[in-house]
Amino acid sequence: MKWDWNAVGDFMPHFWDGVLVTLQALVLGSLISFALGLVWALLMRTPSRWVRWPVGVVTEFVRNTPLLVQLFFLFYVMPEWGLTMSALTTGVIGIGLHYSTYTMQVYRAGIEAVPAGQWEAATALNLPRLRTWQVVILPQAIRRVVPALGNYVIAMLKDTPLLMAITVLEMLGEARLFSQQHFQFTEPLTVIGVAFIVISYLASLLLRALERRLVH
Amino acid sequence: MSTDAPLMKEPDSHSNPPVDGSELIRLDQVTKRFGQNTVLDRLDFSVNSGKHVTLIGPSGSGKTTILRLLMTLTKPDEGTITVDGEKLFPAPEKQVREVRKKIGMVFQQFNLFPNMTALRNIMEAPVTVLGMPKDEAEQRARDLLDLVGLADKCDARPSQLSGGQQQRVAIARALAMRPRVLLLDEVTSALDPELVAGVLDVLRDIARTTDITMLCVTHEMNFARDISDQVLMFDSGKVIESGPPEKIFSEPEQDRTREFLSAVL
Repeated sequence: MKWDWNAVGDFMPHFWDGVLVTLQALVLGSLISFALGLVWALLMRTPSRWVRWPVGVVTEFVRNTPLLVQLFFLFYVMPEWGLTMSALTTGVIGIGLHYSTYTMQVYRAGIEAVPAGQWEAATALNLPRLRTWQVVILPQAIRRVVPALGNYVIAMLKDTPLLMAITVLEMLGEARLFSQQHFQFTEPLTVIGVAFIVISYLASLLLRALERRLVH
Repeated sequence: MSTDAPLMKEPDSHSNPPVDGSELIRLDQVTKRFGQNTVLDRLDFSVNSGKHVTLIGPSGSGKTTILRLLMTLTKPDEGTITVDGEKLFPAPEKQVREVRKKIGMVFQQFNLFPNMTALRNIMEAPVTVLGMPKDEAEQRARDLLDLVGLADKCDARPSQLSGGQQQRVAIARALAMRPRVLLLDEVTSALDPELVAGVLDVLRDIARTTDITMLCVTHEMNFARDISDQVLMFDSGKVIESGPPEKIFSEPEQDRTREFLSAVL
């Protein structure tokens, strides 16, 4: 087996297309999982069990079934119900939804870690409940959970190749296509392997910087 | 530190009637249980407007529970609580919110909001609860920080302040709501000894220069002697002795009070 720099050069244009798609899936998927996870976590704290129960069942179901199955379901079954989305949109929603069921648990832990004294002080000052969440509880809870959310961003990055299964040409998809067309596997797969490491390293740097900024 | 406190006396939206020594707080037949443990047993208890009342007694005797009931941090199992002639318990949530505006509390662990500066800690409630314009609330917050001797700490976060300074900010924060009653729950217990005096000085000032009603739970007997009009000795959820501090501290009638005082003094 010989390393062929020409193959690397030929792959690069496809590689950049793939990186762009992977990053889109990662960033948008993360944002959805962060937002939706918070919504789930808050809904699970409402006094009404008519809210908590369905949310609990749905999120438990999503968390305990494979992401790949969910992606297939969204991509092949939803159109039969009249909902057709592009492959990338489907993938972003699938990843975001799947990981929101993990981030909700992170948020829950963060919310529970805010000392009872903070709620008591808010009561003593007569702050309305919504305001207490907005300016007292959530800022403290979210600050605590940034590192844990960061771990899920890395996990999401490593799950983006699953999108290949629903025809999204992210990094692995591009590498596979190139390999099959040129019968050269080593170079494209090595390139994207390195790219995964670089992206996750950069993401962790970014998250650490964010963490430092949030420390009070 | 400014000793006059016009902050506390100016008329405002939920205007305070003049202090006439009338009954401000009343607990009727209040029972509070935690599981099997009855902390307060059909307690009757009242405090007149403008008074400074100190609750003393062994831990677990129900002193702090009274403050927590008044702040609605916990609910009684039986009985009624009345503040300034209005029911606090039992009462609908809306009324609770109104009545609660008359009560402020300072906690043992300060409970400042760590994500806000000292100034914002103080401004938050007047702006969102009383609807005070921001610049007015900020000016008042600055005045209050000056009152507690921390005029230079407006922009400090709680983590940048000593325990004593945090507690003084917490006192300013409670006063910013212009409560008629200030509940003080062992406000110096979590402080290093050298920081206690500063906090007590501030409270002494407030007691002397304002007409705010104070209800303190404390183990600082000197402070209790200093500011109280009335001292109540609690034991097992009941008031076993009450009177002016000179009397309770020098010639208590009950053996239990004598024992307690000789243990803490």
